Amino acid sequence: MNLQEIIDNLHLKLLTRENDFYSINVESGYASDLLSCVMTGAKSRGVWITLMSHSNIIAVASLLDLSAIIITENAMPDEDTIAKANDEGIVLLLSIHPTFQIVGQLWEMGLRGT
Amino acid sequence: MIPPLIVQEAISQGINLIAITDHNASYNASAVIQAAKGSGLTVLPGMELQTEEEIHSICLFDTLDQLDELQKIVDSKLPDMKNNIEYLGEQFVVDDEGEFIRREERLLITSAKLSIDKAFEIVTNLGGLFIPAHVNREAYGIISHLGFIPPDLKFDALEISRHLSIVECIDRFPQIKGYNIIQSGDVHYLLDFLGANYFDIEKPTILEIKKALHKIDKRSYVVKKRS
Repeated sequence: MNLQEIIDNLHLKLLTRENDFYSINVESGYASDLLSCVMTGAKSRGVWITLMSHSNIIAVASLLDLSAIIITENAMPDEDTIAKANDEGIVLLLSIHPTFQIVGQLWEMGLRGT
Repeated sequence: MIPPLIVQEAISQGINLIAITDHNASYNASAVIQAAKGSGLTVLPGMELQTEEEIHSICLFDTLDQLDELQKIVDSKLPDMKNNIEYLGEQFVVDDEGEFIRREERLLITSAKLSIDKAFEIVTNLGGLFIPAHVNREAYGIISHLGFIPPDLKFDALEISRHLSIVECIDRFPQIKGYNIIQSGDVHYLLDFLGANYFDIEKPTILEIKKALHKIDKRSYVVKKRS
């Protein structure tokens, strides 16, 4: 599925700059708030769901070449983190809902772990 | 722990510098400082702060006023929830003889809504020393929770837990090489005193300790586990 479908279906708020999200393919999903686990667990071109909003998330997403980070429970990252995401070309999306709900909705859309 | 017993135990082990660092709390620091008066033991007021990333960091100060300032900020960032004594235990505030003063009703075990970046800035601006604690541990350790130590946060030191040596720790986490590393006991009981950090300093102040950590102005420190 593409990232635009996910944004529309889950009513996600885009924190970074606009892009052609129809052309960004999402192949898998991963959820954790421990960045050491994400570094070994998340797959390239996947979407990562977390409520961690520390700026280290950008480096981790960049390292793994993730399609997007969905930050849950409205845990708004600071401006520097958003700027860093724009610099690195990382897509940041925000939801008011908890991780459980976002993962459930993605699963219903047909997204799987690997 | 009872203040006079903390002082007595530290002295009997030949330790002359300790800090009181309750979790998100500072209420018992003054009692231990008071209990140590005239004993030769220096007690630094401090706090073990849990930031929103669920990372524990040790915040150390010279004065209770500085610690009070931090406490005010932390209080404003803690959720308005009550402690559950049955599950989480008591949160007593005691005087210098260990007599009960009051129960802290507020839930302290949780995270303050402060990022580690912000907390580091606040403590530094207050003149304190901010040390990420037990960085090797999966629970509440900075490496586990953030994947790596944010390079723009210039920590004076990192603390490792008592269960491994510095060499072993660097072997497991090569990224901590180059940081000043100390090892403390995370002392929750009188028998836990580790006393592994030796500071060669003029007097027990935050500035002197910072100099020793960076080994400048002829100050230095060494970590040596006692057998």
